[in-house]
Amino acid sequence: MKVLAIDTTTYTLGVSLLEGEKLIGEYTTDLNKNHSLRVMPAVEALMKECGVEPAELEKIVVAKGPGSYTGVRIGVTIAKTLAWSLKVPLSGVSSLAVLAASAHFYPSYISPIFDARRGRVYTGLYKYEKGQLVTVKEDRNVLLTDWCHELKELPGEILFVGKDVALHKETIREEMNEQAVCGKEYTSYPRPYELGILGLQAPDEEIHSFVPNYIRLAEAEAKWLEKQADEKRNG
Amino acid sequence: MKKDIYILGLETSCDETAAAIIKNGREIVSNVVASQIESHKRFGGVVPEIASRHHVEQITLVLEETLKQASMTFEDLNAIAVTKGPGLVGSLLIGVNTAKALAFAHQLPVIGVHHIAGHIYANRLIEEFTFPLLSLVVSGGHTELVLMKEHGKFEVIGETRDDAAGEAYDKVARTLGLPYPGGPHIDRLAHEGEATVDLPRAWLEEGSYDFSFSGLKSAVINTLHNAKQRGIEIQPENLAASFQQSVIEVLTVKTVKAAKEFGVKQVLLAGGVAANKGLRTSLEAAFSETEGVQLIIPPLSLCTDNAAMIGAAGTILYEKGIFEDLAMNGYPSLDIEQG
Ligand SMILES: [Zn+2]
Repeated sequence: MKVLAIDTTTYTLGVSLLEGEKLIGEYTTDLNKNHSLRVMPAVEALMKECGVEPAELEKIVVAKGPGSYTGVRIGVTIAKTLAWSLKVPLSGVSSLAVLAASAHFYPSYISPIFDARRGRVYTGLYKYEKGQLVTVKEDRNVLLTDWCHELKELPGEILFVGKDVALHKETIREEMNEQAVCGKEYTSYPRPYELGILGLQAPDEEIHSFVPNYIRLAEAEAKWLEKQADEKRNG
Repeated sequence: MKKDIYILGLETSCDETAAAIIKNGREIVSNVVASQIESHKRFGGVVPEIASRHHVEQITLVLEETLKQASMTFEDLNAIAVTKGPGLVGSLLIGVNTAKALAFAHQLPVIGVHHIAGHIYANRLIEEFTFPLLSLVVSGGHTELVLMKEHGKFEVIGETRDDAAGEAYDKVARTLGLPYPGGPHIDRLAHEGEATVDLPRAWLEEGSYDFSFSGLKSAVINTLHNAKQRGIEIQPENLAASFQQSVIEVLTVKTVKAAKEFGVKQVLLAGGVAANKGLRTSLEAAFSETEGVQLIIPPLSLCTDNAAMIGAAGTILYEKGIFEDLAMNGYPSLDIEQG
């Protein structure tokens, strides 16, 4: 089965082409450049280089978030459009899971981190069990200190992975001491090949209704709901 | 015999997710618009982040419905045309990336269309163009007089120096406590009242075809404020009628003057405010007295944002062989004379 996987949720732009679990080719950059402009040319170049025609694709996989709202939307829009118009199945994978997979052979817990500003992070908790990545705690947007408190209850080490770990190293150390291990450069980047592999294991989505997992409501909507709740409370 | 050209148009520059198939630049084969207006009403205006989210939810559904209504597949199409700007950047990017993915998947050329060129070309779905022609473009973001001497070439001879007409409508509507979007409410109220309030008309310097509506908007707000302080009640119907009369008078007089100066054969009305009954009536009256000029006003459904107009404008670029590559982006501000 020929699979095209796309990840545009962070600065790391990734595209991979798989034949089942075998890698045909992959494209990764970690640049602060415009994803909207670059994704389709990257897909086109990779597929051309690998000699695969669009009509040969049998599955589309996309990193569905969390991440940059705009970035997540670009990837999901392209993936939905390709899957719908080529009439092939679509699978969505957590972009945090893809990052966690950068620590593929780590024996304990893995916490992938995307910075969400003001002391908050997007994260979740993952673990490899018999070679399979499993979700221990769902993806969320959380204050890093709260997250550390929660993780302290767990038996065993926790590996923090992702480029943004560098921003929070001190907080993690302070809160968790030796229980925390901060990943090195090697575990800093989500890899599109891992995305493809995780996508093969993920269920097929209903294409039309498939949307990114932003985790957070749009700011205007959150404020509106808050106001509604206030009005209800105050009668 | 010339082969028929079928273009799929896509439009997501603001709060409508739209797709259409156009035959030979003039005939609507299918036309689907999913409006988000109900979702944005509670915020009193379009929220860009929410608009982008809705586009992702709607896009493939709208496309499927468009192909279904046309009983066509991608193999029947010659190209994909999409609005590349101006508009809300997050919204534009959904249409642009959808168009690029479709073009790649089905090996079709992709065409980038200027949103206002689209509004102008909505008229060609009604009547063939005769050049030179003048287009009055009035919408939430634009108030322009555009001269065309040939297909696909646009010359802006006048534009607003501050607020767009539609923007002034929305702000005045808010001051009067009318719900969003305010334009249609003012239009309705204006027909119930009389223009009894003296409001300014911004003619600007002699010979200029530019517009200015911020002074008028402030005058309406001040009038209401002063009346309130003095305990005088102003009928909102009358204030709406006075405001509308001021806007329409300036638009009509400048359009007639420009039509004469440039010796145009057609005058087209374009953009969302073209749905305004007062404006339609005023232009019809003015041009019934102007010999040799044909006035074209599209039906309401083609005035507001839609993708039929993008397919129509895109057909001209297709015929000229002007295509984009897969590195096309969305451009929140884009010049119609360049773009
Ligand atoms: Zn418009």
